[in-house]
Amino acid sequence: MSSSHVSTTIPAEAHDAHDAHNPALLHHFATEEQQRDSASLGMWIFLATEVMFFGGLFCAYLIYRGWYFGDFAAASTSINAALGGTNTAVLICSSLTVVLAIWAAQTARRGLLIVMLVLTMLFGCAFLGIKGFEYKDKFEEHHVPGASFSFDHVPIPGHPGQYANPQHAQIFFALYFIMTGLHALHMIIGLGLFTWLLWAAWKGRFTPEYHTPLEMGGLYWHFVDIVWIYLFPLLYLIDRH
Amino acid sequence: MSMSTSTNIAPPTAPPVERENYLNKEYGVGSWLLTTDHKRISLLYLLSITFFFFIGGFFALLIRLELLTPAGDLVQADTYNKLFTMHGMVMVFFFLIPSIPAVLGNFLVPMMIGAKDLAFPRINLLSWYLYVIGGIMMLHCMLTGGVDTGWTFYTPFSTAFTNTKIVEAGLAIFVAGFSSILTGLNFIVTIHRMRAPGMTWSRLPLFIWAHYATSIIQILGTPVIAITIVLVAVERTLHLGIFDPKLGGDPLLFQHLFWFYSHPAVYIMILPSMGIMSEIIACFSRKRIFGYTFVAISSISIAVFGFLVWAHHMFVAGISVYAALMFSLLSYSVAVPSAVKVFNWTATLYKGSIRYDAPMLYAFGFLGLFTIGGLTGLFLAALGIDVHVTDTYFVVAHFHYIMVGGALMGYLGGLHFWWPKISGRLYPESWARLAALTVFIGFNLTFFPQFILGYVGMPRRYYQYPPEFQVLNVLSTAGATVLGVGYLLPMIYFLWSMRYGKPAPDNPWNAAGLEWQTQSPPTTFNFDKEPVVTWEAYNYEELDTPQPGGPH
Repeated sequence: MSSSHVSTTIPAEAHDAHDAHNPALLHHFATEEQQRDSASLGMWIFLATEVMFFGGLFCAYLIYRGWYFGDFAAASTSINAALGGTNTAVLICSSLTVVLAIWAAQTARRGLLIVMLVLTMLFGCAFLGIKGFEYKDKFEEHHVPGASFSFDHVPIPGHPGQYANPQHAQIFFALYFIMTGLHALHMIIGLGLFTWLLWAAWKGRFTPEYHTPLEMGGLYWHFVDIVWIYLFPLLYLIDRH
Repeated sequence: MSMSTSTNIAPPTAPPVERENYLNKEYGVGSWLLTTDHKRISLLYLLSITFFFFIGGFFALLIRLELLTPAGDLVQADTYNKLFTMHGMVMVFFFLIPSIPAVLGNFLVPMMIGAKDLAFPRINLLSWYLYVIGGIMMLHCMLTGGVDTGWTFYTPFSTAFTNTKIVEAGLAIFVAGFSSILTGLNFIVTIHRMRAPGMTWSRLPLFIWAHYATSIIQILGTPVIAITIVLVAVERTLHLGIFDPKLGGDPLLFQHLFWFYSHPAVYIMILPSMGIMSEIIACFSRKRIFGYTFVAISSISIAVFGFLVWAHHMFVAGISVYAALMFSLLSYSVAVPSAVKVFNWTATLYKGSIRYDAPMLYAFGFLGLFTIGGLTGLFLAALGIDVHVTDTYFVVAHFHYIMVGGALMGYLGGLHFWWPKISGRLYPESWARLAALTVFIGFNLTFFPQFILGYVGMPRRYYQYPPEFQVLNVLSTAGATVLGVGYLLPMIYFLWSMRYGKPAPDNPWNAAGLEWQTQSPPTTFNFDKEPVVTWEAYNYEELDTPQPGGPH
């Protein structure tokens, strides 16, 4: 049985008042554990909806890849796997810094926490920057679907003398832009989220006892990374084995 | 947004006139628009979905008026296409899907499990705002031209041919979809984490089980329609070929993705209604629900099976016959848990001391209409018959028996049942019985003739028809008028009762369930102190033993 009392201000003498009541405990929860569990379950369910959201796209991708495999393989060779690989490494590093950020919060290392959050965001920005270069290349090569799209006389790997059907290649590029675009949008939302986390960390909101927002932000960030882990081989590595 | 900062739940010391409750605690627009109280958000939803219900109803009325005569004389063919499209979109996405979960579920889920609020009150408010934003977008779309593809917006018609506002309507549904996802997410977390001590899973009211099952569909199905809408919008604006066969795309992929959500969406509408049935039937039979565990599990199995049957909407679309065979078989499997429910409700009635109050009349209506709707669903799941009646009024009648005869009857029954708790006032019982009867008669008169019309070959979505179909169409239009009156009546007397109704006691039905053990209307945090549950759900035998007379 908890006293139903919410205070929105952080008491300055947090050390003394701490055992009395965690100011982050919301009025409708009985215990901190209940609040933490709820947040965590809610985040996992949200991620399940995200899986279904991307799932529709993966389903479309798999069907057309099966139908138009040669065209997809040809189109896949035209995107820059080195840049895609670099981006994969960048994101994996950012996942590491997220985990270290949470560890820093758990062990009350505020300075390290801030450094790790900043690093995560830098990695995120680097990813988007590299992605921007890739988009620019595609734009210049007229590989952006639409009126100016052209994909003539691109050989199908492993089938000498055969050329990819531009219309089918356009479906590949449409899916490429929608899937990576949606992923990039998630990265941008993640950066917004982490800006807020950084601000809260700066203010000293996170303690070893209370750092739920960090864990939730971390879950989201990892999810976005994992989506990329699937996108990279599916889009970049169709015929590179 | 922490407006509930200092609520001291004072010990009850002889309330002077009206006890403090969630309605009179604060006044003013701000206290409503920024509320995080699940009961106030429930009322916000009630207002907004009622608004859309009457818009959708208005379209229905125009459709029925046009079909009064064989000639297309009231509206143009184009306008007619828009009418049935907007009727479908508004009713499905802006009324039926949010109806019971967002209004009654929002109000009752925390109360029934003994919680102070949903797990995420601010997300709950956000979901209402998303609904309103989606609704405004839909209104704007309707006022500036509307959509004419049918609510299913099939490709490639929707992406390459029609010149109506597909993208705007799609985005409106996209936004409203996120409102639905957030409601489902909130319910699942709340049911898992916020139950009062002693409220074990086997003691949960079946209303809660039904909402749990509904929420599973909301969180797993809705994202798929969301991404489908994104693909349609992108294809339409950039002229890509994802679904357009002319450009190498596959229109069947669209139908698969669309029905992957939109078939389970039917269970988003009907499952909560089934939850209400269990509450009402147990209460007005004064019996524990027969086969509690089976009714609970059947909700979950409907949610699970519901995800495996979508392609029965595509039997004539050119899918493989073997796939069709499997989907036909799987569609039959949904009938099993549905029948479990109907039989168990009937068994609950057996030897019960039944009272015929308005909610129970709706429950009886539901039982009959849902059974007809469900059984004709089996006709449609059978491959041969489906080919014969695809895209006829038989299908229209079938799904209206489920969505209106089932879902809407349940919604109205539930609204009457919990109105004393929600408003703190009693509704006028004899008017309510009259309305229930009017709805039942009007409904059957509207939709039963459509079964016959469809079976003899009248296709849906046409604004004119051969003269030999007129008698049945006139019956249907007459029924729609009666039905319209039946829907107006509750709105009038509910509003009336808010001012002139008798103050409701805390438990007017002498019902089991935690929500009846607190005051009417409840305080902001629902309970004076956290309840501890030591009894099974629907312990009516126990409840009625000490006072054999019962109320009234």
